[in-house]
Amino acid sequence: MRKSIVGAWGLLLVLAAFPFIAEAAGLDFYVSVVRRMLIYALAATSLNLILGYGGMVALGHAAFFGAGAYAVGILESYGIQAGLIVWPVAAVLAAILALLIGAVSLRTRGVYFIMITLAFAQMVYYIFISLRQYGGEDGLNLAGYSSLPGVDLADSNSFYYVVLGMFAVLMWAFGQLVNSRFGTALQGIRENESRMESLGYPVFRLKLTAFVISGAVAGLAGALLANHNLFISPSLMHWTQSANLLVMVLVGGIGLRYGGVVGAIVMLTLEEALRMWTEYWHLPLGILLLCVVFGAPRGIAGLVAPWFAPAARGERS
Amino acid sequence: MTLVVEQLLNGLQFGLMLFLIAAGLTLVFGIMDIMNLAHGSLYMAGAYVAAETMQRTGSFLFAVLVAAVATGVVGLVLERLLIRRLAVRDHLAQVLGTYAIILIANDLVKMIWGPAPVMLNMPAALSGPVRLLPDLMYPAYRLMIIVCGVAAAIGLYWFVTRTRAGVLVRAGASNRQMATLMGVRVPLLFLGVFTIGAMLAAVAGALLGPITAVQVGMGEEILILVLVCIVIGGIGSIRGAFVGALLVGMVDTAGRAFLPMLLREVLPPAMASGLASTFAAISIYLLMAVVLVFRPAGLFPARG
Repeated sequence: MRKSIVGAWGLLLVLAAFPFIAEAAGLDFYVSVVRRMLIYALAATSLNLILGYGGMVALGHAAFFGAGAYAVGILESYGIQAGLIVWPVAAVLAAILALLIGAVSLRTRGVYFIMITLAFAQMVYYIFISLRQYGGEDGLNLAGYSSLPGVDLADSNSFYYVVLGMFAVLMWAFGQLVNSRFGTALQGIRENESRMESLGYPVFRLKLTAFVISGAVAGLAGALLANHNLFISPSLMHWTQSANLLVMVLVGGIGLRYGGVVGAIVMLTLEEALRMWTEYWHLPLGILLLCVVFGAPRGIAGLVAPWFAPAARGERS
Repeated sequence: MTLVVEQLLNGLQFGLMLFLIAAGLTLVFGIMDIMNLAHGSLYMAGAYVAAETMQRTGSFLFAVLVAAVATGVVGLVLERLLIRRLAVRDHLAQVLGTYAIILIANDLVKMIWGPAPVMLNMPAALSGPVRLLPDLMYPAYRLMIIVCGVAAAIGLYWFVTRTRAGVLVRAGASNRQMATLMGVRVPLLFLGVFTIGAMLAAVAGALLGPITAVQVGMGEEILILVLVCIVIGGIGSIRGAFVGALLVGMVDTAGRAFLPMLLREVLPPAMASGLASTFAAISIYLLMAVVLVFRPAGLFPARG
C-alpha cells in the first residue's frame, strides 16, 4: 500500500509543478489542456464508481455532466456567478437528476439497464435542445467565469490550481469511499447481487446512493467544464459523450482507483495527437478501442496496477 | 380531418421503417443477449450504397437490391470477425466493441463519400401525390414505403411463425441453452439472423434515404429510436418489436403534429410552442419509462 501512497503524492507533485514546467518550456497552452484532462478525469472517475465498483453499466452519464454545465450557464443568465453558490447547485441538481433516473432505471437489469439509462440521457439531451431561451441546439456562450473569493479564474494558472485542488480532494474521498463499509458492500453487489440481498444488505438503496454520488460528482465536473470552455451546448449530453466516458474508464482500468484518471489522460492525449495528424482520427481510435476490448480487458491501469498494489487483486476477487 | 389521416399515415410509415430495423436487432439481442450499437451503422451503409447505385444506374429498385445484398455481406463479415467474439463477453465489452465499430464505420463512410450529405433521389414515377380520398392527397412514395413495410412485416411474420427456420429462431431467442441442447446449431442460426437483420436495416436505410438526409451520424440517430421500440416491445420478440415500432412511430409523429395545436388551445402561444416542442421531443422516452415502470421486461417478453 505504501507504494501507492508514494505514487499518489508523486502524481500530485508533478501536476502541481506542471504550470511552472510548462512556463519554463514555453508551453503555457498545455496548462489548459491538462486542466481539461483533470476535469474529464473527475467525470470518468465518478462513472468508475458505479461501473467498476457497483457493476452498473450506465450509458447515460453525460446527462449529469451536461446538467452540471447547464446549471452554471442558466444561473449566470440570472446574474448569479458566485462559484460557492453555483458549483454546489450544479452538483445538487445533477444528484437530483441521478436520483430520479436511478430510481426508475435501477429496477431493471442487464441490457435493459444500459438502454434505459441511454434513453433517459437522450431525453435530457432533447429537453435542453428544445430550451430556446438557453440557446437551444446552438448552445450558450458564458459571459465570464464563476467568481470565487480571492481567486480569479480568468487567470489560467489560478483556475488550474482550483481544479487540481478539487481533483486531489475528490480523488482522496473516492479512495476513502470505496474502502469504506459502503464501498465494500457496493463491490459485493457487483460480485453477487442476490447473495448480498440474502445477507440483508439494502441492495437497491446502496446502488441508488452510489448512482446519486456519481451523478453529483459528474455534475460538479460539468460545472468546471462549463467554466473551462466558457460555452455550453446540448452536445455535452449527447450519448456519444456517455460512450466516451465509458471508453475512458475501460481504457484506464475498470474498478481501479486511478482507472478514470489514466483513461481520461490517455484518451484526450490521443485525441489531440491524432487530430493533429489526420482528419479521420475516429478510425484509429476505434481500432485501438477494439484492441483494448480484446487485448486488455482491465485497461492500462490494470496492466500497471500489480506493480503498485499487489494485494489489490486478491482483495477484489 | 384530412390532416389527422395524413399524420396517422406518416406515423404508420415511420413506424414500419423502424420495425424493419428493429426486427433484426431484437432477434440479435434475443438470441445472443448481445448489446449491438452498430446496427445503426448498417442502416447508414444501406442508405449510402443505395445513393451510390442510384446515381450510377438510375434504377431505384436495383439500388435497394444492391444496398440489401452489399450490407448483408458487410453484416456477414462483421458477425464472423467481431460480433461472434463479443457475444461471449460481458455487456460492457459489447457496448465498447460495437461503439468502436460505429467510430470506424463513420470515418470509413466519410473517407469514401465525404462529410457532406449525399443525395438519394426518389424514383420519378413515385414523386407525385396520389388521391386516396376525395380530399386527401398523399405522396406516392410514402405510400409505397407503407406497402413495402407491410409486405415485409407479413413476410417476417410468416417466416417466424410458419417456417422451420422461424421456429428455430424463436427457440433460440426464448432459451438459447435449451435450444442448443435440443440440437439447434445456434451459431449458424445467429449468423443467419444477423445477416438478414443487416439486410432489413439496409432496405430501411435505402427507402428512408430520399425523405431524410443521407449523412454520417444518421445511424446513431435512428439507433436510439429503434432501441426504444425494442425495449417497449420486449427484447427478443418480433411481435413486440412490431407493436413497439408502430407505437413509437405514431407517438413521435402525432406528438410533433398535434401537440402544438392542442397546447395552443389552453396556453398562451409563446409558452405553448416551447412546451409542445419539448414534450414532442421526449414523448417516446416518457412512453418507454411508463411502459418499463409497469412492465419491466417490455410488453411482450420473449423469455418466460
